[in-house]
Amino acid sequence: MAFSAPIEDDGVNTSPHVSDEVKTTTCYMCACRCGIKVHLQNGKVRYIEGNRDHPVNKGILCGKGAAGIMQHYSPARLRKPLKRVGERGAGEYQEIEWDEALSIAIGWLANIRATDPKKLAFFTGRDQSQSLTGWWAKQFGTPNYAAHGGFCSVNMATAGIYSIGGSFWEFGEPDWEHTKYFMMFGVAEDHDSNPIKIGLGKLKGRGAKFVSVNPAQTGYSAIADEWIGIRPGTDGLFVLAIIHELLKSGSVDLEYLIRYTNAPWLVIDAPGTADDGMIARDPDGNPLCWDQKTKTPINALMAEVAPALRGNFDINGKRAVPAFQLMAERYLDAAYAPHAVADRCGLPAATIKRIAAELAHVAFAQQIELPIAWTDWAGRKHDKMIGRPVAMHAMRGISAHTNGFHTCRSIHLLQMLLGSIDVPGGFRYKPPYPRPIPPGPKPAGKNGAQPNQPLGGMPLGFVTAPEDLLLDAQGQPIRIDKAYSWDHPIASHGLMHMVISNAVNADPYPIDTLFMYMANMAWNSSMNTAQTIDMLTAKNADGSYKIPHIIYSDAYFSETVAYADLIFPDTTYLERWDCISLLDRPISDADAAGDAIRQPVMAPDRDVRAFQTVLLDLGARLKLPGMVDEDGAPKYPGGYPDYIVNHERAPGIGPLAGWRGDGTQQGHGAPNAAQLDNYIENGCFWRGEIPHDARYYKMANASYLAWSKQMGFIPKAEQIVLQIYSEPLQRFRNAARGHGAVQPPDKDRARIDKYFDPLPIWYAPFEEAAIDPKQYPLHALTQRPMHHYHSWGSQNAWLRQITAQNRLFMHRETAAAQNITDDDWVWITSHVGRVKAQVKLVNGVNKDTVWTWNAIGKRKGSWALKPDAPESTRAFLLNHVISDRLPNSLQSNSDPVTGQAAWFDVRVKVERAADHEQNDAGHTFGALNPPPGIVTGPDVLQYDAGHREAAE
Amino acid sequence: MTSLPAKTDKKLGLVIDLDTCVGCQACVTNCKEWNTSGHMAPLTDLMAYGAEADGVWFNRVHTYEVAGHEACGASSSRTMHFPRSCLHCEKPDCVTVCPTGASYKRASDGIVLVNEDLCIGCKLCSWACPYGAREFDVFEGVMKKCTLCVDRIYNENLAEEDRVPACVLTCPTSARHFGDLGDPNSDVSKLVKARGGADLMPELGYQPTNKYLPPRARKDTAAAMPAPELKPIATDGLLGWVDRLLSR
Repeated sequence: MAFSAPIEDDGVNTSPHVSDEVKTTTCYMCACRCGIKVHLQNGKVRYIEGNRDHPVNKGILCGKGAAGIMQHYSPARLRKPLKRVGERGAGEYQEIEWDEALSIAIGWLANIRATDPKKLAFFTGRDQSQSLTGWWAKQFGTPNYAAHGGFCSVNMATAGIYSIGGSFWEFGEPDWEHTKYFMMFGVAEDHDSNPIKIGLGKLKGRGAKFVSVNPAQTGYSAIADEWIGIRPGTDGLFVLAIIHELLKSGSVDLEYLIRYTNAPWLVIDAPGTADDGMIARDPDGNPLCWDQKTKTPINALMAEVAPALRGNFDINGKRAVPAFQLMAERYLDAAYAPHAVADRCGLPAATIKRIAAELAHVAFAQQIELPIAWTDWAGRKHDKMIGRPVAMHAMRGISAHTNGFHTCRSIHLLQMLLGSIDVPGGFRYKPPYPRPIPPGPKPAGKNGAQPNQPLGGMPLGFVTAPEDLLLDAQGQPIRIDKAYSWDHPIASHGLMHMVISNAVNADPYPIDTLFMYMANMAWNSSMNTAQTIDMLTAKNADGSYKIPHIIYSDAYFSETVAYADLIFPDTTYLERWDCISLLDRPISDADAAGDAIRQPVMAPDRDVRAFQTVLLDLGARLKLPGMVDEDGAPKYPGGYPDYIVNHERAPGIGPLAGWRGDGTQQGHGAPNAAQLDNYIENGCFWRGEIPHDARYYKMANASYLAWSKQMGFIPKAEQIVLQIYSEPLQRFRNAARGHGAVQPPDKDRARIDKYFDPLPIWYAPFEEAAIDPKQYPLHALTQRPMHHYHSWGSQNAWLRQITAQNRLFMHRETAAAQNITDDDWVWITSHVGRVKAQVKLVNGVNKDTVWTWNAIGKRKGSWALKPDAPESTRAFLLNHVISDRLPNSLQSNSDPVTGQAAWFDVRVKVERAADHEQNDAGHTFGALNPPPGIVTGPDVLQYDAGHREAAE
Repeated sequence: MTSLPAKTDKKLGLVIDLDTCVGCQACVTNCKEWNTSGHMAPLTDLMAYGAEADGVWFNRVHTYEVAGHEACGASSSRTMHFPRSCLHCEKPDCVTVCPTGASYKRASDGIVLVNEDLCIGCKLCSWACPYGAREFDVFEGVMKKCTLCVDRIYNENLAEEDRVPACVLTCPTSARHFGDLGDPNSDVSKLVKARGGADLMPELGYQPTNKYLPPRARKDTAAAMPAPELKPIATDGLLGWVDRLLSR
């Protein structure tokens, strides 16, 4: 109950007018997609608060979201299309009209499409409209499309989707309501941040144990019951040692493994043959297991079989063993014992043993049961749901290593052994997942892109065998980023970090136009900043640029604007329509499917256009199929909102799932002209609840599978069997061993053989293995603070007051050994470069690790900050010492399976700078000239949406 | 000098849970955005786009490490996040030192406020406050401070559930609570009692209304979370044990 206003008689108005109008929309201050309520007063933003009804944030809002006012009114906002008139980087621009800007782009793009569509590289950065942008690339006909997943989290997405048919964050979440033991690995604090914060609050209140495995003890780790300051890149070893302990003691959930995973599937043991390591199958292609009752091989997908988990069986003359046995034999090996890995992990063996014991104790001795009756895939009724209340979550610290794919798979294996995937208290899927492992479709573009033709499918997809790779007749990569080639066969999100480098080196070929959106590649979004700037300005002997045309869309004067030839100014998130679609990365939670929209809460006050509307306009001008009608007129003349409502990917399936058809249908249904109004009436989101008996065991729950199929998420309502053993990986390995029609070149055989192990492996990160650890003794990490989102957030007038200079955090003992004292300036040197930073000495960091906050350092002159801003004088980017290639190699610094950028692999030495260097970061990059109309903000900022006027 | 009410009808204040504060700054910027158009508007920012930006903030969160304290559990130190704002003390010297009556403590609810019309910008109050809670607006020449969102908590233009300070409304980990600490039966008083909520620097005698809840004991030792040690399977090891007849 609220208090009633007292009589105080001090003249304070305790019930002032709050706002003229409140509009709901979706936040875009980071990637979380929280629901917000925007209060408007006198035509200005008065206040932004969380939407209490919204499934993502339930009314709360983070430090970034509450600073949206300063994002909207930023002086760094672009105001009109720009054409470069000087050299790249010189900052000489001319403001042009939209018609001219679009005509210039059409001139380049039409020529590319008519000649060789793959000469367009379209990479969209932190794009929340990938179902549109990917479709646009498909209709244009270029396979060279991806967003930023390749340098963010593709290891997590791919390892999850290929192992458990879901993934951390986007397609799963911990069971915050029931878990008793929560392990978080390597989580940077800006990912899924509000749901995690809400969840941690609940766990702490309930007395659940929270373990944080992270080299740095920052926000989440600070409130953990136990902080495990592991050495970077060794999480996989740590997890496999836990698995060793669990296996050795029999602390695994055999019933779960038999029912829900492929542990009993028989694996053919026939070295030297094409079948080796493949799953034994019946003539219909069903996997086989060995039924202990009938002593025969039998379809492993059937219910009521009693499969063996060990043994050697003769299957049509071939020896086969259960996958479980292969797994158990591997990890029972003494090489995985806690004492064998402890030193490399930087942890006491006793800690590893204790954590394993705690996991087993909570999973099995503290089992929970929910009194919810359910029916499994085979039609068998169960009167309750058994829960193993151990939940896990992992992100960047696992992902951004060259061993990240296998490390993430190791964590999923641990979850499967504990029986804690989609059970009460465990990890829970979020619709549209779980999906078949791997789901369709496969990446399109095998024909290499044909003039004036769309691709046969979407550019990004999931490969299952070497035959699915995108290779030309010579076996060379079809894609500019070499995704789905022998370099990175399962690169499900592409490799945005290699596009510029490959294009400049004409490896595998040169391109004509690089088209980017919301990706600050000329600064903090590239693995190596200085090298990327050089490449963006690199010229041929005739004086032409090696990348002939660069088109860029951004709402702000980011560093990359200075290197583009043509700039499309985007709106802010408060001025636009958007859809957070189930075809992309929706806002589902474990109890419901959900999607959302952004609606413009104010009109732009300048000549800017929403990027997605511009893209549809370009598509119509290019006459791309699906973007024009039969007469060649634009199909979506109303721009992006027109598309959101009326586009159908398949009959009845559109970008939004809610209020389809007559307004009562969800999932399927004809376009509904009132759909956006329906969303707005509901707070700009839709949430379709999963039936009550279908919320756990989703991979094998008849009610869930039927619901999922009815929603169009899965093609058939069949059990999704989790994969402790990954047959698709073995197909690549067998190709490397000389089998099949598509085989890697000889130079890649050993690499593919090693890294396409069907069971999780651990190996030292590539850079660590390639450098001399005595020369570069330290790991260096970078993560964003909870109050910034890339440079878009750290330029914000309020947020930059919280952090405008990033320090290099270093352990006190490590510093003392080198006579480095607090606040000293130091040189951080890697095998590719060096950068100067000011240290902050701490206890809460792994002693072999230094780390800093990311994306705070800015190029002087950019982002409308003043030249003396600490961002360009005292802050620094660790990217200056990260390489996009491995040491002394042309191989990209990426995970060998997925192509994930391995920017957490960097090894450095840290030395105190000379006395005369103890003043600032000493950056040598020249100042960028701002485009017309960009002036730095006022010296006195007094933001007030109307109080003062009202008072006077 | 300004006098204090002998007693206040209510003691409205905050309870801040140091066990769950992750230092995310949500309360900091939400306070800023509400209050820059609120009772003490605007919250001026000087050099907001340059070096040494200096803004008025009613609420700040500090991060530091604590060593050798029981809160560290088995570790030698731990990272702490500490939100800092006006504590609306019962004996606030910031009020009694005020030469003009601009600083005052409300008799009704105990909120400490500044009447800008009376403030001469002498800064005596900020010198008197040991908690550093006062915020001088250099451009306006007046002292500003946390109002406990006096323009929200009674505001009939807001839904009842929203009538709490902005920092409480937004806190993602539910580390902030608002209520009447003068009422022993209030939720906040019960929470303080249950969790051993404490005054900040009680030895100074300001009798802060706001309370801080200390971190809960960590569960980072075998003793704190008894789980039997894992013993190898005795018979023929795991692969013998799995021969049990289990059906799908």
